[in-house]
Amino acid sequence: MSLAGTVDRVEAETESAQRLAADARDRVRFEEEALALADQVYRVARHLANSREEADDLVQETYARAFRSWRQYQPGTNLRAWLLRILTNLNIDRGRSRQRQPQMQALEANDYYLYDTLAEDGDGPTDEEKVVERLSQDDIVAALSAVPHDFRDVIVLVDIGDFSYQDAAQILDIPIGTVMSRLHRGRRILKRELAESAVGEGT
Amino acid sequence: MNDPCTHCEEMMQPYLDRILTEEEMHEAEEHLTECEYCRRRYRFEESLRIYVHQAVSEPMPQALKEKLAALRIPLN
Repeated sequence: MSLAGTVDRVEAETESAQRLAADARDRVRFEEEALALADQVYRVARHLANSREEADDLVQETYARAFRSWRQYQPGTNLRAWLLRILTNLNIDRGRSRQRQPQMQALEANDYYLYDTLAEDGDGPTDEEKVVERLSQDDIVAALSAVPHDFRDVIVLVDIGDFSYQDAAQILDIPIGTVMSRLHRGRRILKRELAESAVGEGT
Repeated sequence: MNDPCTHCEEMMQPYLDRILTEEEMHEAEEHLTECEYCRRRYRFEESLRIYVHQAVSEPMPQALKEKLAALRIPLN
């Protein structure tokens, strides 16, 4: 082989080694950024899923998929939303199809109903912060899980995950107007559930 | 309860989400300054949102954190 040919080959090999190294660096950076968000992803997943075990599985499956398809992520965009998009798709595909029974029409309360129920129920002062403390943590977790999925997804993303309406719309692949109406109705369903649990305990 | 309070109740969620128009915002605030009944319920809703947020926030189990780290694709 000529000297020129050897030089070309060595240069080509160096270039490909450099490309590989850059690729590995990008991948490691992606994995680290994704793992740094795991706490926040879990907090949302915990209530999108029906149980801790389900949330655990869902988060693992999400990360396994994310690590495999990291090239599809556009650097500089919202990584937490990207991960949640994977997670909600997985959740809808598997867990949810199993319980696709005709959903009962959820009952909503007016927005003042919960306060009125709690304040009426107690004999103490009607100070707002004290009234809220009549709800236990278990009541709240149970009430949230009683909200039908379509509404719960939006509440969990916006009110617990602090996603914008826009992000929630993209994650769930629904129009922003639908996010807003489900949020509005979902919160009323949640408050009705909370009112029921509070009244139930009093008796 | 009279009509302005019903109207105020309907504006509560969008008010707290800060998505009312300026005019509606003004309208709600005007009613709230003079109506203790609605003011109390708005304050309750604000507390409720914070309280719910805290109540449902569970830290990720340590074991899961380790499982996720183990899913990383090794460099070769």
